Amino acid sequence: MTGALRVLEHHLFIYRRTWKGSIFMSFVSPVLFLTAMGVGLGSLISSGPVRTVDGVSYVAFLAPGLLAATAMQSAYVETTYPIMARMQWLRTYDGMLATPIRVLDVLAGEFGWLAVRLALSSCAFFLVMVLFGTVHSGLGLLAIVVAVLTGLAFGAPIFAFTATQRTDTSFALIGRLLITPLFLLGGVFFPIHQLPQLVQGIAWITPLAHGVALARGLAVGVASPTAGIHLAVLLAYVAIGIVVARITLQRRLVP
Amino acid sequence: MATPATDANALIHARGLTKRFANLTAVDAIDFDVGRGEAFGFLGPNGAGKTSTMRMIGCVSSPSAGTLRVLGMDPDENGPRIRARLGVVPQSDTLDVELHVDENLLTYARYFGIRRDVAKRRAEQLLDFVQLRDRARDDVEFLSGGMKRRLTIARALVNEPELLLLDEPTTGLDPQARHLVWDRLYRLKQQGVTIVLTTHYMDEAEQLCDRLVVMDKAKIVAFGSPRSLIEQYSTREVLELRFPIDTTPALDKLDGLSERIEVLPDRVLLYTSDGEAAAVAVHSRGLRPESSLVRRSTLEDVFLRLTGRSLIE
Repeated sequence: MTGALRVLEHHLFIYRRTWKGSIFMSFVSPVLFLTAMGVGLGSLISSGPVRTVDGVSYVAFLAPGLLAATAMQSAYVETTYPIMARMQWLRTYDGMLATPIRVLDVLAGEFGWLAVRLALSSCAFFLVMVLFGTVHSGLGLLAIVVAVLTGLAFGAPIFAFTATQRTDTSFALIGRLLITPLFLLGGVFFPIHQLPQLVQGIAWITPLAHGVALARGLAVGVASPTAGIHLAVLLAYVAIGIVVARITLQRRLVP
Repeated sequence: MATPATDANALIHARGLTKRFANLTAVDAIDFDVGRGEAFGFLGPNGAGKTSTMRMIGCVSSPSAGTLRVLGMDPDENGPRIRARLGVVPQSDTLDVELHVDENLLTYARYFGIRRDVAKRRAEQLLDFVQLRDRARDDVEFLSGGMKRRLTIARALVNEPELLLLDEPTTGLDPQARHLVWDRLYRLKQQGVTIVLTTHYMDEAEQLCDRLVVMDKAKIVAFGSPRSLIEQYSTREVLELRFPIDTTPALDKLDGLSERIEVLPDRVLLYTSDGEAAAVAVHSRGLRPESSLVRRSTLEDVFLRLTGRSLIE
Protein backbone atom coordinates (compact mmCIF):
# COMPACT_ATOMS: atom_id res chain seq x y z
CA MET A 1 0.00 0.00 0.00
CA THR A 2 3.00 2.33 0.03
CA GLY A 3 2.25 3.09 -3.63
CA ALA A 4 -1.24 4.29 -2.71
CA LEU A 5 0.20 6.46 0.05
CA ARG A 6 2.55 8.08 -2.47
CA VAL A 7 -0.38 8.91 -4.74
CA LEU A 8 -2.15 10.38 -1.72
CA GLU A 9 0.98 12.34 -0.82
CA HIS A 10 0.97 13.83 -4.31
CA HIS A 11 -2.58 15.13 -3.78
CA LEU A 12 -1.68 16.56 -0.40
CA PHE A 13 1.32 18.28 -1.96
CA ILE A 14 -0.94 20.04 -4.46
CA TYR A 15 -3.59 20.71 -1.80
CA ARG A 16 -1.09 22.76 0.21
CA ARG A 17 -1.72 25.53 -2.27
CA THR A 18 -5.49 25.54 -2.26
CA TRP A 19 -6.57 24.28 1.16
CA LYS A 20 -7.50 27.66 2.61
CA GLY A 21 -10.00 28.51 -0.10
CA SER A 22 -11.31 24.98 -0.14
CA ILE A 23 -11.94 24.85 3.62
CA PHE A 24 -13.53 28.30 3.57
CA MET A 25 -15.97 27.19 0.86
CA SER A 26 -16.83 24.13 2.95
CA PHE A 27 -18.29 26.50 5.56
CA VAL A 28 -20.02 28.88 3.17
CA SER A 29 -22.41 26.38 1.62
CA PRO A 30 -23.92 24.96 4.84
CA VAL A 31 -24.22 28.41 6.43
CA LEU A 32 -26.16 29.69 3.41
CA PHE A 33 -28.39 26.63 3.12
CA LEU A 34 -29.21 26.33 6.80
CA THR A 35 -29.93 30.05 7.02
CA ALA A 36 -32.15 30.25 3.94
CA MET A 37 -33.90 26.90 3.99
CA GLY A 38 -33.60 25.95 7.63
CA VAL A 39 -34.16 29.20 9.46
CA GLY A 40 -36.01 31.15 6.76
CA LEU A 41 -38.31 28.46 5.42
CA GLY A 42 -38.24 26.66 8.77
CA SER A 43 -39.82 29.66 10.57
CA LEU A 44 -42.83 29.39 8.20
CA ILE A 45 -43.20 25.73 9.08
CA SER A 46 -42.86 26.26 12.82
CA SER A 47 -45.55 28.97 12.73
CA GLY A 48 -47.85 26.79 10.61
CA PRO A 49 -50.19 23.95 11.55
CA VAL A 50 -47.55 21.13 11.60
CA ARG A 51 -44.79 23.04 13.49
CA THR A 52 -42.30 20.15 13.26
CA VAL A 53 -41.17 17.63 10.67
CA ASP A 54 -40.84 14.04 11.83
CA GLY A 55 -40.91 15.36 15.37
CA VAL A 56 -38.06 17.92 15.16
CA SER A 57 -37.69 21.53 14.01
CA TYR A 58 -37.32 21.92 10.27
CA VAL A 59 -33.70 23.08 10.47
CA ALA A 60 -32.82 20.04 12.60
CA PHE A 61 -34.60 17.82 10.08
CA LEU A 62 -32.87 19.46 7.14
CA ALA A 63 -29.26 19.76 8.37
CA PRO A 64 -28.19 16.08 8.54
CA GLY A 65 -29.84 15.34 5.18
CA LEU A 66 -28.02 18.25 3.64
CA LEU A 67 -24.78 16.99 5.16
CA ALA A 68 -25.15 13.67 3.32
CA ALA A 69 -26.36 15.30 0.09
CA THR A 70 -23.44 17.73 0.08
CA ALA A 71 -21.05 14.79 0.34
CA MET A 72 -22.82 13.22 -2.64
CA GLN A 73 -22.38 16.38 -4.69
CA SER A 74 -18.71 16.79 -3.76
CA ALA A 75 -18.02 13.18 -4.66
CA TYR A 76 -19.74 13.63 -8.02
CA VAL A 77 -17.64 16.69 -8.80
CA GLU A 78 -14.40 15.07 -7.61
CA THR A 79 -14.83 11.84 -9.57
CA THR A 80 -15.77 13.30 -12.95
CA TYR A 81 -13.82 16.24 -14.38
CA PRO A 82 -10.69 16.05 -12.18
CA ILE A 83 -10.34 12.30 -12.82
CA MET A 84 -10.81 12.87 -16.55
CA ALA A 85 -8.09 15.52 -16.37
CA ARG A 86 -5.60 13.28 -14.60
CA MET A 87 -6.48 10.32 -16.81
CA GLN A 88 -6.61 11.98 -20.22
CA TRP A 89 -6.16 15.74 -20.42
CA LEU A 90 -3.01 16.02 -18.26
CA ARG A 91 -2.02 12.33 -18.34
CA THR A 92 -0.99 12.46 -14.69
CA TYR A 93 -1.74 8.75 -14.29
CA ASP A 94 0.46 7.83 -17.26
CA GLY A 95 3.28 9.68 -15.51
CA MET A 96 2.63 7.78 -12.27
CA LEU A 97 2.44 4.42 -14.02
CA ALA A 98 5.90 4.91 -15.54
CA THR A 99 7.18 4.51 -11.96
CA PRO A 100 6.72 1.58 -9.55
CA ILE A 101 3.16 2.87 -8.93
CA ARG A 102 0.50 0.36 -10.11
CA VAL A 103 -3.07 0.92 -11.31
CA LEU A 104 -4.30 -0.43 -7.98
CA ASP A 105 -2.17 2.16 -6.17
CA VAL A 106 -3.64 4.95 -8.29
CA LEU A 107 -7.14 3.74 -7.47
CA ALA A 108 -6.51 3.32 -3.75
CA GLY A 109 -4.75 6.69 -3.60
CA GLU A 110 -7.64 8.41 -5.36
CA PHE A 111 -10.27 6.89 -3.07
CA GLY A 112 -8.14 7.67 -0.06
CA TRP A 113 -7.89 11.27 -1.19
CA LEU A 114 -11.63 11.42 -1.91
CA ALA A 115 -12.31 10.17 1.63
CA VAL A 116 -9.97 12.81 3.09
CA ARG A 117 -11.67 15.58 1.14
CA LEU A 118 -15.14 14.36 2.11
CA ALA A 119 -14.10 14.09 5.74
CA LEU A 120 -12.72 17.65 5.77
CA SER A 121 -15.81 19.23 4.19
CA SER A 122 -18.15 17.10 6.33
CA CYS A 123 -16.35 18.20 9.50
CA ALA A 124 -16.81 21.80 8.46
CA PHE A 125 -20.48 21.13 7.76
CA PHE A 126 -20.89 19.41 11.12
CA LEU A 127 -19.40 22.39 12.92
CA VAL A 128 -21.98 24.63 11.27
CA MET A 129 -24.70 22.18 12.35
CA VAL A 130 -23.51 22.43 15.95
CA LEU A 131 -23.60 26.23 15.73
CA PHE A 132 -27.18 26.08 14.43
CA GLY A 133 -28.09 23.82 17.33
CA THR A 134 -29.20 20.95 15.14
CA VAL A 135 -27.09 18.20 16.72
CA HIS A 136 -29.11 16.62 19.51
CA SER A 137 -26.93 13.63 20.32
CA GLY A 138 -23.29 12.80 20.94
CA LEU A 139 -23.71 10.04 18.38
CA GLY A 140 -24.21 12.86 15.90
CA LEU A 141 -20.46 12.88 15.36
CA LEU A 142 -20.90 9.58 13.54
CA ALA A 143 -22.97 11.46 10.94
CA ILE A 144 -19.61 12.65 9.58
CA VAL A 145 -18.64 9.03 8.90
CA VAL A 146 -22.02 8.43 7.27
CA ALA A 147 -21.52 11.48 5.06
CA VAL A 148 -18.11 10.20 3.93
CA LEU A 149 -19.64 6.79 3.20
CA THR A 150 -22.50 8.38 1.26
CA GLY A 151 -19.97 10.36 -0.80
CA LEU A 152 -17.95 7.22 -1.51
CA ALA A 153 -21.13 5.30 -2.41
CA PHE A 154 -21.58 7.78 -5.26
CA GLY A 155 -17.90 8.44 -5.94
CA ALA A 156 -16.89 4.81 -6.49
CA PRO A 157 -19.48 3.95 -9.17
CA ILE A 158 -19.09 7.35 -10.85
CA PHE A 159 -15.30 6.88 -10.91
CA ALA A 160 -15.83 3.48 -12.53
CA PHE A 161 -17.98 5.16 -15.18
CA THR A 162 -15.57 8.06 -15.71
CA ALA A 163 -12.78 5.58 -16.48
CA THR A 164 -14.78 4.39 -19.50
CA GLN A 165 -15.33 7.87 -20.95
CA ARG A 166 -13.29 9.57 -23.68
CA THR A 167 -15.03 12.95 -23.43
CA ASP A 168 -16.71 14.90 -20.63
CA THR A 169 -20.13 15.22 -22.31
CA SER A 170 -21.90 12.68 -20.12
CA PHE A 171 -20.78 14.27 -16.86
CA ALA A 172 -23.32 17.09 -17.09
CA LEU A 173 -25.97 14.47 -17.77
CA ILE A 174 -25.12 12.64 -14.54
CA GLY A 175 -25.54 15.94 -12.75
CA ARG A 176 -28.90 16.72 -14.30
CA LEU A 177 -30.44 13.26 -14.33
CA LEU A 178 -29.02 11.78 -11.14
CA ILE A 179 -27.44 14.20 -8.71
CA THR A 180 -29.88 17.12 -8.89
CA PRO A 181 -33.07 15.01 -8.81
CA LEU A 182 -31.73 13.05 -5.85
CA PHE A 183 -30.73 16.26 -4.09
CA LEU A 184 -34.29 17.54 -4.50
CA LEU A 185 -36.26 14.32 -4.01
CA GLY A 186 -33.97 12.08 -1.97
CA GLY A 187 -35.42 12.92 1.42
CA VAL A 188 -33.25 15.94 2.20
CA PHE A 189 -35.88 18.70 2.17
CA PHE A 190 -38.98 16.69 3.12
CA PRO A 191 -39.67 13.11 4.22
CA ILE A 192 -39.58 10.61 1.39
CA HIS A 193 -42.94 9.14 2.48
CA GLN A 194 -44.63 12.27 1.12
CA LEU A 195 -43.71 11.20 -2.42
CA PRO A 196 -45.74 8.88 -4.71
CA GLN A 197 -44.99 5.18 -4.12
CA LEU A 198 -43.04 4.77 -7.37
CA VAL A 199 -40.74 7.72 -6.69
CA GLN A 200 -40.22 6.46 -3.15
CA GLY A 201 -39.12 3.13 -4.56
CA ILE A 202 -36.64 4.78 -6.89
CA ALA A 203 -35.26 6.96 -4.10
CA TRP A 204 -34.62 3.90 -1.90
CA ILE A 205 -32.61 2.21 -4.69
CA THR A 206 -30.01 4.98 -4.62
CA PRO A 207 -27.52 5.48 -1.78
CA LEU A 208 -28.62 9.02 -0.90
CA ALA A 209 -31.90 8.15 0.86
CA HIS A 210 -30.03 5.63 3.02
CA GLY A 211 -27.26 8.09 3.85
CA VAL A 212 -29.79 10.76 4.75
CA ALA A 213 -31.81 8.40 6.96
CA LEU A 214 -28.70 7.24 8.80
CA ALA A 215 -27.26 10.72 9.29
CA ARG A 216 -30.60 12.08 10.45
CA GLY A 217 -31.12 9.33 12.98
CA LEU A 218 -27.66 9.94 14.43
CA ALA A 219 -27.93 13.75 14.57
CA VAL A 220 -31.46 13.82 15.98
CA GLY A 221 -30.69 10.97 18.35
CA VAL A 222 -33.46 8.61 17.28
CA ALA A 223 -32.36 5.03 16.80
CA SER A 224 -33.65 3.68 13.52
CA PRO A 225 -34.58 -0.01 13.31
CA THR A 226 -33.46 -0.01 9.67
CA ALA A 227 -30.01 1.48 10.34
CA GLY A 228 -28.32 -1.83 9.54
CA ILE A 229 -29.96 -1.98 6.11
CA HIS A 230 -28.98 1.61 5.32
CA LEU A 231 -25.39 0.93 6.25
CA ALA A 232 -25.33 -2.28 4.22
CA VAL A 233 -26.65 -0.51 1.11
CA LEU A 234 -24.00 2.22 1.41
CA LEU A 235 -21.20 -0.29 1.90
CA ALA A 236 -22.43 -2.38 -1.03
CA TYR A 237 -22.34 0.65 -3.35
CA VAL A 238 -18.81 1.50 -2.21
CA ALA A 239 -17.57 -2.09 -2.59
CA ILE A 240 -19.16 -2.76 -5.98
CA GLY A 241 -18.07 0.66 -7.25
CA ILE A 242 -14.45 0.03 -6.28
CA VAL A 243 -14.40 -3.46 -7.81
CA VAL A 244 -15.82 -2.18 -11.11
CA ALA A 245 -13.52 0.88 -11.06
CA ARG A 246 -10.56 -1.46 -10.62
CA ILE A 247 -11.55 -3.18 -13.88
CA THR A 248 -12.44 -0.10 -15.93
CA LEU A 249 -9.37 1.88 -14.85
CA GLN A 250 -7.06 -1.07 -15.56
CA ARG A 251 -8.54 -1.41 -19.05
CA ARG A 252 -8.24 2.27 -19.66
CA LEU A 253 -4.70 2.87 -18.44
CA VAL A 254 -3.01 -0.40 -19.35
CA PRO A 255 -4.78 -1.59 -22.52
CA MET B 1 30.19 1.31 -33.32
CA ALA B 2 28.51 -1.04 -30.89
CA THR B 3 28.84 -4.73 -31.25
CA PRO B 4 25.58 -6.59 -31.67
CA ALA B 5 24.17 -7.49 -28.30
CA THR B 6 24.02 -11.11 -27.34
CA ASP B 7 21.28 -12.56 -25.18
CA ALA B 8 23.55 -12.83 -22.16
CA ASN B 9 24.14 -9.11 -21.66
CA ALA B 10 20.96 -7.85 -23.32
CA LEU B 11 19.09 -5.24 -21.29
CA ILE B 12 16.06 -5.79 -23.47
CA HIS B 13 15.39 -9.09 -25.19
CA ALA B 14 12.39 -9.53 -27.50
CA ARG B 15 11.42 -12.52 -29.62
CA GLY B 16 8.19 -12.67 -31.61
CA LEU B 17 6.96 -9.70 -29.61
CA THR B 18 3.38 -8.95 -30.61
CA LYS B 19 0.72 -6.47 -29.53
CA ARG B 20 -2.82 -6.87 -30.78
CA PHE B 21 -5.72 -4.55 -30.07
CA ALA B 22 -9.35 -5.38 -30.85
CA ASN B 23 -9.09 -5.10 -34.62
CA LEU B 24 -5.49 -4.12 -35.16
CA THR B 25 -2.07 -5.72 -34.86
CA ALA B 26 0.11 -2.84 -33.70
CA VAL B 27 3.31 -4.88 -33.32
CA ASP B 28 3.69 -8.05 -35.36
CA ALA B 29 6.20 -10.60 -34.05
CA ILE B 30 9.34 -8.46 -33.87
CA ASP B 31 12.76 -9.62 -32.62
CA PHE B 32 15.46 -7.37 -31.17
CA ASP B 33 18.04 -7.12 -28.40
CA VAL B 34 19.38 -3.99 -26.78
CA GLY B 35 22.75 -4.21 -25.04
CA ARG B 36 23.99 -2.27 -22.02
CA GLY B 37 25.33 1.18 -22.83
CA GLU B 38 23.82 1.22 -26.29
CA ALA B 39 21.74 3.91 -27.91
CA PHE B 40 19.09 2.01 -29.81
CA GLY B 41 16.48 3.51 -32.10
CA PHE B 42 13.09 2.62 -33.51
CA LEU B 43 12.68 4.53 -36.74
CA GLY B 44 9.41 4.61 -38.63
CA PRO B 45 6.41 6.67 -39.66
CA ASN B 46 3.45 7.36 -37.40
CA GLY B 47 1.44 4.21 -36.79
CA ALA B 48 4.36 1.84 -37.44
CA GLY B 49 4.13 0.35 -33.93
CA LYS B 50 6.95 2.26 -32.25
CA THR B 51 4.93 3.60 -29.34
CA SER B 52 3.21 0.25 -28.71
CA THR B 53 6.65 -1.36 -28.55
CA MET B 54 7.90 1.30 -26.14
CA ARG B 55 4.87 0.86 -23.91
CA MET B 56 5.53 -2.88 -23.69
CA ILE B 57 9.18 -2.24 -22.81
CA GLY B 58 8.01 0.32 -20.24
CA CYS B 59 5.80 -2.36 -18.63
CA VAL B 60 2.56 -0.40 -19.07
CA SER B 61 1.18 -2.59 -21.82
CA SER B 62 1.12 -6.36 -21.75
CA PRO B 63 2.44 -8.24 -24.81
CA SER B 64 -0.23 -10.25 -26.66
CA ALA B 65 2.32 -12.87 -27.69
CA GLY B 66 6.05 -13.53 -27.78
CA THR B 67 8.85 -13.17 -25.27
CA LEU B 68 9.95 -9.94 -23.65
CA ARG B 69 12.62 -9.53 -20.98
CA VAL B 70 13.56 -6.14 -19.63
CA LEU B 71 16.58 -5.97 -17.30
CA GLY B 72 16.39 -9.75 -17.32
CA MET B 73 12.86 -9.82 -15.90
CA ASP B 74 9.39 -10.55 -17.24
CA PRO B 75 7.32 -7.32 -17.36
CA ASP B 76 4.10 -9.21 -16.62
CA GLU B 77 5.49 -10.50 -13.35
CA ASN B 78 7.88 -7.76 -12.26
CA GLY B 79 6.44 -4.55 -13.74
CA PRO B 80 6.98 -2.32 -10.69
CA ARG B 81 10.48 -3.73 -10.04
CA ILE B 82 11.51 -3.08 -13.65
CA ARG B 83 9.92 0.36 -13.75
CA ALA B 84 11.86 1.32 -10.61
CA ARG B 85 15.02 1.14 -12.77
CA LEU B 86 13.62 2.77 -15.92
CA GLY B 87 13.35 6.38 -16.98
CA VAL B 88 10.48 7.13 -19.33
CA VAL B 89 10.00 10.18 -21.54
CA PRO B 90 6.55 9.72 -23.09
CA GLN B 91 5.47 11.09 -26.44
CA SER B 92 3.34 13.83 -24.88
CA ASP B 93 4.50 15.47 -21.67
CA THR B 94 2.74 14.35 -18.50
CA LEU B 95 4.10 17.13 -16.29
CA ASP B 96 2.07 18.37 -13.36
CA VAL B 97 0.84 21.79 -14.44
CA GLU B 98 -0.41 22.52 -10.93
CA LEU B 99 3.15 22.42 -9.58
CA HIS B 100 6.34 24.42 -9.93
CA VAL B 101 9.21 23.14 -12.05
CA ASP B 102 11.24 21.84 -9.09
CA GLU B 103 8.15 20.39 -7.38
CA ASN B 104 7.55 18.27 -10.45
CA LEU B 105 10.86 16.56 -9.79
CA LEU B 106 10.31 16.27 -6.03
CA THR B 107 6.87 14.68 -6.24
CA TYR B 108 7.96 12.35 -9.03
CA ALA B 109 10.91 11.18 -6.94
CA ARG B 110 8.46 10.23 -4.20
CA TYR B 111 6.73 7.73 -6.51
CA PHE B 112 10.04 5.87 -6.48
CA GLY B 113 10.20 6.10 -2.71
CA ILE B 114 13.26 8.37 -2.83
CA ARG B 115 13.81 10.21 0.45
CA ARG B 116 12.92 13.89 0.40
CA ASP B 117 16.41 15.21 1.13
CA VAL B 118 17.92 12.98 -1.56
CA ALA B 119 15.18 14.05 -3.98
CA LYS B 120 15.90 17.70 -3.29
CA ARG B 121 19.59 17.29 -4.01
CA ARG B 122 18.94 15.34 -7.20
CA ALA B 123 16.35 17.86 -8.37
CA GLU B 124 18.94 20.62 -8.12
CA GLN B 125 21.52 18.61 -10.04
CA LEU B 126 19.02 17.64 -12.72
CA LEU B 127 17.79 21.19 -13.19
CA ASP B 128 21.41 22.19 -13.75
CA PHE B 129 21.83 19.33 -16.19
CA VAL B 130 18.86 20.35 -18.34
CA GLN B 131 19.63 24.06 -17.88
CA LEU B 132 16.43 24.97 -16.07
CA ARG B 133 17.94 26.02 -12.72
CA ASP B 134 16.76 29.62 -13.08
CA ARG B 135 13.20 28.47 -13.82
CA ALA B 136 12.97 26.21 -10.76
CA ARG B 137 10.22 28.22 -9.05
CA ASP B 138 8.18 28.91 -12.19
CA ASP B 139 4.88 27.31 -13.03
CA VAL B 140 5.23 24.59 -15.64
CA GLU B 141 2.63 26.17 -17.92
CA PHE B 142 4.91 29.15 -18.58
CA LEU B 143 7.71 26.99 -19.99
CA SER B 144 8.33 26.73 -23.73
CA GLY B 145 7.86 23.41 -25.50
CA GLY B 146 11.60 22.74 -25.46
CA MET B 147 11.86 23.55 -21.74
CA LYS B 148 8.95 21.24 -20.92
CA ARG B 149 10.67 18.49 -22.86
CA ARG B 150 13.90 19.03 -20.93
CA LEU B 151 11.97 19.00 -17.66
CA THR B 152 10.33 15.72 -18.69
CA ILE B 153 13.79 14.30 -19.38
CA ALA B 154 15.03 15.54 -16.00
CA ARG B 155 12.03 13.93 -14.34
CA ALA B 156 12.76 10.64 -16.08
CA LEU B 157 16.28 10.74 -14.59
CA VAL B 158 15.23 11.35 -11.00
CA ASN B 159 15.60 7.65 -10.08
CA GLU B 160 19.02 7.41 -11.81
CA PRO B 161 17.71 4.85 -14.34
CA GLU B 162 19.86 2.25 -16.05
CA LEU B 163 17.63 2.37 -19.09
CA LEU B 164 16.09 5.52 -20.52
CA LEU B 165 13.11 5.18 -22.88
CA LEU B 166 12.30 8.20 -25.03
CA ASP B 167 9.25 8.25 -27.31
CA GLU B 168 9.84 10.91 -29.97
CA PRO B 169 11.94 13.11 -27.68
CA THR B 170 12.17 16.10 -30.03
CA THR B 171 8.97 16.02 -32.08
CA GLY B 172 7.55 19.52 -32.34
CA LEU B 173 10.68 21.29 -31.07
CA ASP B 174 12.51 24.01 -32.96
CA PRO B 175 16.03 23.19 -34.26
CA GLN B 176 17.82 24.92 -31.40
CA ALA B 177 15.77 23.11 -28.77
CA ARG B 178 16.33 19.80 -30.56
CA HIS B 179 20.09 20.24 -30.55
CA LEU B 180 20.07 21.00 -26.84
CA VAL B 181 18.10 17.81 -26.16
CA TRP B 182 20.45 15.80 -28.37
CA ASP B 183 23.44 17.19 -26.54
CA ARG B 184 22.00 16.16 -23.15
CA LEU B 185 21.13 12.68 -24.42
CA TYR B 186 24.63 12.31 -25.81
CA ARG B 187 26.07 13.18 -22.40
CA LEU B 188 23.86 10.60 -20.73
CA LYS B 189 25.08 7.99 -23.18
CA GLN B 190 28.66 8.96 -22.31
CA GLN B 191 27.78 8.36 -18.65
CA GLY B 192 26.77 4.82 -19.54
CA VAL B 193 22.99 5.16 -19.58
CA THR B 194 21.37 2.82 -22.08
CA ILE B 195 19.05 4.77 -24.34
CA VAL B 196 16.14 3.50 -26.39
CA LEU B 197 14.31 6.04 -28.48
CA THR B 198 11.72 6.25 -31.21
CA THR B 199 11.79 8.89 -33.86
CA HIS B 200 10.60 9.68 -37.32
CA TYR B 201 13.50 12.03 -37.88
CA MET B 202 16.37 10.40 -39.74
CA ASP B 203 18.84 13.04 -38.58
CA GLU B 204 17.92 12.29 -34.97
CA ALA B 205 18.51 8.58 -35.48
CA GLU B 206 21.81 9.25 -37.26
CA GLN B 207 22.96 11.62 -34.53
CA LEU B 208 22.11 9.47 -31.54
CA CYS B 209 21.74 5.80 -32.39
CA ASP B 210 24.45 3.17 -32.44
CA ARG B 211 21.97 0.74 -33.88
CA LEU B 212 18.43 1.01 -35.01
CA VAL B 213 15.57 -0.91 -36.49
CA VAL B 214 13.32 0.48 -39.18
CA MET B 215 9.67 -0.30 -38.50
CA ASP B 216 6.83 -0.18 -40.97
CA LYS B 217 3.30 -1.52 -40.60
CA ALA B 218 3.99 -3.29 -37.29
CA LYS B 219 7.08 -5.13 -38.56
CA ILE B 220 10.83 -4.59 -38.53
CA VAL B 221 11.91 -4.10 -42.12
CA ALA B 222 15.65 -3.50 -41.55
CA PHE B 223 18.17 -3.22 -38.76
CA GLY B 224 21.78 -2.17 -38.32
CA SER B 225 23.87 0.92 -37.65
CA PRO B 226 22.81 4.09 -39.49
CA ARG B 227 25.96 3.83 -41.64
CA SER B 228 25.53 0.17 -42.50
CA LEU B 229 21.86 0.69 -43.36
CA ILE B 230 22.78 3.48 -45.74
CA GLU B 231 25.53 1.39 -47.29
CA GLN B 232 23.23 -1.57 -47.65
CA TYR B 233 20.11 0.12 -48.95
CA SER B 234 21.26 3.32 -50.60
CA THR B 235 24.06 4.85 -52.66
CA ARG B 236 26.75 7.18 -51.44
CA GLU B 237 25.15 10.28 -52.93
CA VAL B 238 21.76 11.49 -54.06
CA LEU B 239 21.00 14.01 -56.78
CA GLU B 240 17.74 15.82 -56.08
CA LEU B 241 16.14 17.44 -59.10
CA ARG B 242 13.21 19.83 -58.98
CA PHE B 243 11.46 20.55 -62.25
CA PRO B 244 9.04 23.39 -62.99
CA ILE B 245 5.44 22.37 -62.21
CA ASP B 246 3.95 19.89 -64.71
CA THR B 247 7.18 19.55 -66.67
CA THR B 248 8.71 16.54 -64.94
CA PRO B 249 10.28 14.62 -67.84
CA ALA B 250 9.42 11.08 -68.75
CA LEU B 251 11.45 8.62 -66.73
CA ASP B 252 13.12 7.16 -69.84
CA LYS B 253 14.88 10.49 -70.33
CA LEU B 254 16.66 9.89 -67.03
CA ASP B 255 17.36 6.25 -67.82
CA GLY B 256 20.87 4.99 -67.15
CA LEU B 257 21.98 8.05 -65.21
CA SER B 258 21.80 6.41 -61.81
CA GLU B 259 21.42 3.10 -60.02
CA ARG B 260 17.89 3.89 -58.96
CA ILE B 261 15.28 6.63 -59.39
CA GLU B 262 12.56 7.74 -56.98
CA VAL B 263 9.85 10.09 -58.24
CA LEU B 264 8.28 12.05 -55.41
CA PRO B 265 5.41 14.52 -55.84
CA ASP B 266 7.77 17.49 -55.77
CA ARG B 267 11.18 16.02 -56.64
CA VAL B 268 13.01 13.34 -58.57
CA LEU B 269 15.79 11.55 -56.66
CA LEU B 270 18.67 9.94 -58.54
CA TYR B 271 20.69 7.46 -56.46
CA THR B 272 24.31 7.40 -57.59
CA SER B 273 27.85 7.18 -56.30
CA ASP B 274 28.72 10.47 -58.00
CA GLY B 275 26.05 13.15 -57.82
CA GLU B 276 28.01 15.85 -59.66
CA ALA B 277 28.62 13.59 -62.64
CA ALA B 278 24.94 12.69 -62.76
CA ALA B 279 23.98 16.37 -62.69
CA VAL B 280 26.26 17.08 -65.64
CA ALA B 281 24.75 14.15 -67.53
CA VAL B 282 21.21 15.41 -66.86
CA HIS B 283 22.08 18.77 -68.39
CA SER B 284 23.85 17.16 -71.36
CA ARG B 285 20.55 15.41 -72.19
CA GLY B 286 18.93 18.79 -72.56
CA LEU B 287 16.92 18.60 -69.32
CA ARG B 288 16.57 21.87 -67.45
CA PRO B 289 15.60 21.29 -63.79
CA GLU B 290 14.61 24.33 -61.79
CA SER B 291 17.12 23.30 -59.15
CA SER B 292 19.49 20.45 -58.49
CA LEU B 293 21.16 19.44 -55.26
CA VAL B 294 23.77 16.82 -54.50
CA ARG B 295 23.70 15.41 -50.97
CA ARG B 296 24.76 12.39 -48.94
CA SER B 297 22.33 9.51 -48.57
CA THR B 298 20.38 9.53 -45.32
CA LEU B 299 18.15 7.11 -43.48
CA GLU B 300 15.23 8.80 -45.23
CA ASP B 301 16.53 7.28 -48.47
CA VAL B 302 16.82 3.91 -46.76
CA PHE B 303 13.24 4.16 -45.65
CA LEU B 304 12.07 5.25 -49.08
CA ARG B 305 13.87 2.30 -50.63
CA LEU B 306 12.38 -0.16 -48.13
CA THR B 307 8.80 1.05 -48.13
CA GLY B 308 8.37 3.30 -51.16
CA ARG B 309 7.12 6.03 -48.85
CA SER B 310 8.49 9.04 -47.04
CA LEU B 311 8.88 8.87 -43.28
CA ILE B 312 6.93 12.03 -42.59
CA GLU B 313 3.77 12.00 -44.60
